[in-house]
Amino acid sequence: MTAKINRMKADERGFYGEFGGAFIPEMLHKNIQDLQERYEGIVSQESFQKRFKDLLKTYSGRPTPLTYAASISEELGANVYLKREDLNHTGAHKINNAIGQALLAMEMGKTRIIAETGAGQHGVATATVCALLDLECIVYMGSKDIERQSPNVRRMKMLGAEVRAVYSGSQTLKDATNEAIRDWINHPESTHYLIGSTVGPHPYPEMVAAFQSIISEETLKQLGEIKADSVIACVGGGSNAAGAFFHFVEDESVELIAVEASGYGLETDKTAASATLGTAGILHGSKTLLLQTKDGQIEEAHSISAGLDYPGIGPMHAHLVKSDRVKIMTATDTEALEAAKWMARKEGIIPALETAHAIAALKKITFKPNQNIVLCLSGRGDKDMQTYAQYLDNE
Amino acid sequence: MNKLLNIYFTAGYPDINATAQIVLDLQKSGVDMIEIGLPYSDPLADGPSIQASGQKALDNGMNTDLLFEQLTSIKDQIKIPVYLMGYYNQWYQYGLETFCNKCKEVGIEGLIMPDLPLGYFDEKHKNILQENDLKICFLITPDTAEDRIEEIGKCSTGFVYIVSNSSTTGKKEDISQHQIAYFERIKSYKFNSKKLIGFGIHDNQTFAKACEYADGAIIGSAFVNHIKEDYSFENIERFVSGVRSGVEV
Repeated sequence: MTAKINRMKADERGFYGEFGGAFIPEMLHKNIQDLQERYEGIVSQESFQKRFKDLLKTYSGRPTPLTYAASISEELGANVYLKREDLNHTGAHKINNAIGQALLAMEMGKTRIIAETGAGQHGVATATVCALLDLECIVYMGSKDIERQSPNVRRMKMLGAEVRAVYSGSQTLKDATNEAIRDWINHPESTHYLIGSTVGPHPYPEMVAAFQSIISEETLKQLGEIKADSVIACVGGGSNAAGAFFHFVEDESVELIAVEASGYGLETDKTAASATLGTAGILHGSKTLLLQTKDGQIEEAHSISAGLDYPGIGPMHAHLVKSDRVKIMTATDTEALEAAKWMARKEGIIPALETAHAIAALKKITFKPNQNIVLCLSGRGDKDMQTYAQYLDNE
Repeated sequence: MNKLLNIYFTAGYPDINATAQIVLDLQKSGVDMIEIGLPYSDPLADGPSIQASGQKALDNGMNTDLLFEQLTSIKDQIKIPVYLMGYYNQWYQYGLETFCNKCKEVGIEGLIMPDLPLGYFDEKHKNILQENDLKICFLITPDTAEDRIEEIGKCSTGFVYIVSNSSTTGKKEDISQHQIAYFERIKSYKFNSKKLIGFGIHDNQTFAKACEYADGAIIGSAFVNHIKEDYSFENIERFVSGVRSGVEV
């Protein structure tokens, strides 16, 4: 996990180029400073790594397979490999980070875990790990998301977590994150805030990327002699993309493609394409690319996918995009739905709506013959069946 | 020495055109300082009352330019220090310099930006503030370490904002022994600027208690709730004299 590289790590001030930092109220200073000072020391301990890797293997079922997608490859005239994060326990890559941070929280003497969730995958992963490790768990979730991702709400409750509905602002991921931060301000001593994406004040983006780096670590091994030409992942805050890119980012011969949700379309105001349309500003403790007004009010994002419905992007991704290391593509709600169906019918895999955005990009790229593409299949679509069923009915 | 009463309210709340009147009425009611909140979409440090007032103000159409306009209309009538409280993204997006030029123009005394911590506040910010005769206030909390308290004291050219508890704004509780010990600790520090206690100060008792340990105190959420239905001068004065009653000044 501690690679000599790379651009996924912040500089000594907590920045990635001009993005990042820790713009937090003084009330959180001590907690953030404690994390900044202690997390690297704790996670680099052999005993920590052993426990972490052990749980990833025996509890989450890692390594996840790398599946050659034969039918899709044939149709595209390229070689598409799917990194099967959907086969993790709880159904997405989110558990990698949840296990890592929960172990870290315990080392730091914390007994209470709070988390934000959009699609509910991070909430479920956190609730799961908290049940396993006997930690109190409270998950903040926008009231709109509670409605559209109800299977995951039920799972969290079954696991013993308390799900707190957030009615302020957008009533989605952005405001769930605000509410989690406020909770942390009110309970600084007992609580660890288990952020689910590569967002938030330094060191969160770096830490989440490091816990997710197992994705590309395994991918590299599994590819063996095969040389990846492109790695594709969807990006909301950017955790699965960070994990999928991590060990490729310093190899300039590998093209990295992040696919964000353009919602109804880039030309509309119902979009979540913050890297494509956003400007530099501060949200949730870090400077990054945001959808905002000229007054600096953060705008509501829209995506059919609750996990991508976020008006910003992780600061490391903002930097990688601005420095032309990562190419940004977009997919609309409809393109994502269509792509999910395509994947289901061609390969027998129902992807999460978030992942479906990355899949949609496959159809927009002109590939060289036999180009090797790794696509991070970040999660499974069980939670999205209601949306998919509606889509099929309306066809 | 007189104990200072600093009242916070949100610009554009409860009505879009209430801002200027509330400033003048607060002044007339005898408060010593005013903090105007620039409503923000993501106010991390604020509890439910101020969040709701900010949302209402934004829905009313409040924005940065409009606030400056409203203040321009009364700038010659303002005799007491008026601070602007906002979030750093609002300052940053408006343009660090342009924002401060405007503040100076309308007679703002200084800024409070809770999410611009020491460490990101640098020479550039300092110079721009200085060039525009603006002060700045930083926050101290129960968890702020000793050397950092010293540093915050030095950098705060307006007043030092002593956050009464580990919390967001607007908690209505009595002041605990734990908090008293913290106030005692802060009292022993010598700063160049005044110390004001804020967060959770909501009535004459909590105000009086806070004043025992500091130069004054700040009331926000309680005042915002008080003017929700009625922001007439009489109602504002009722609040201010209620807070003052029983406090030796």
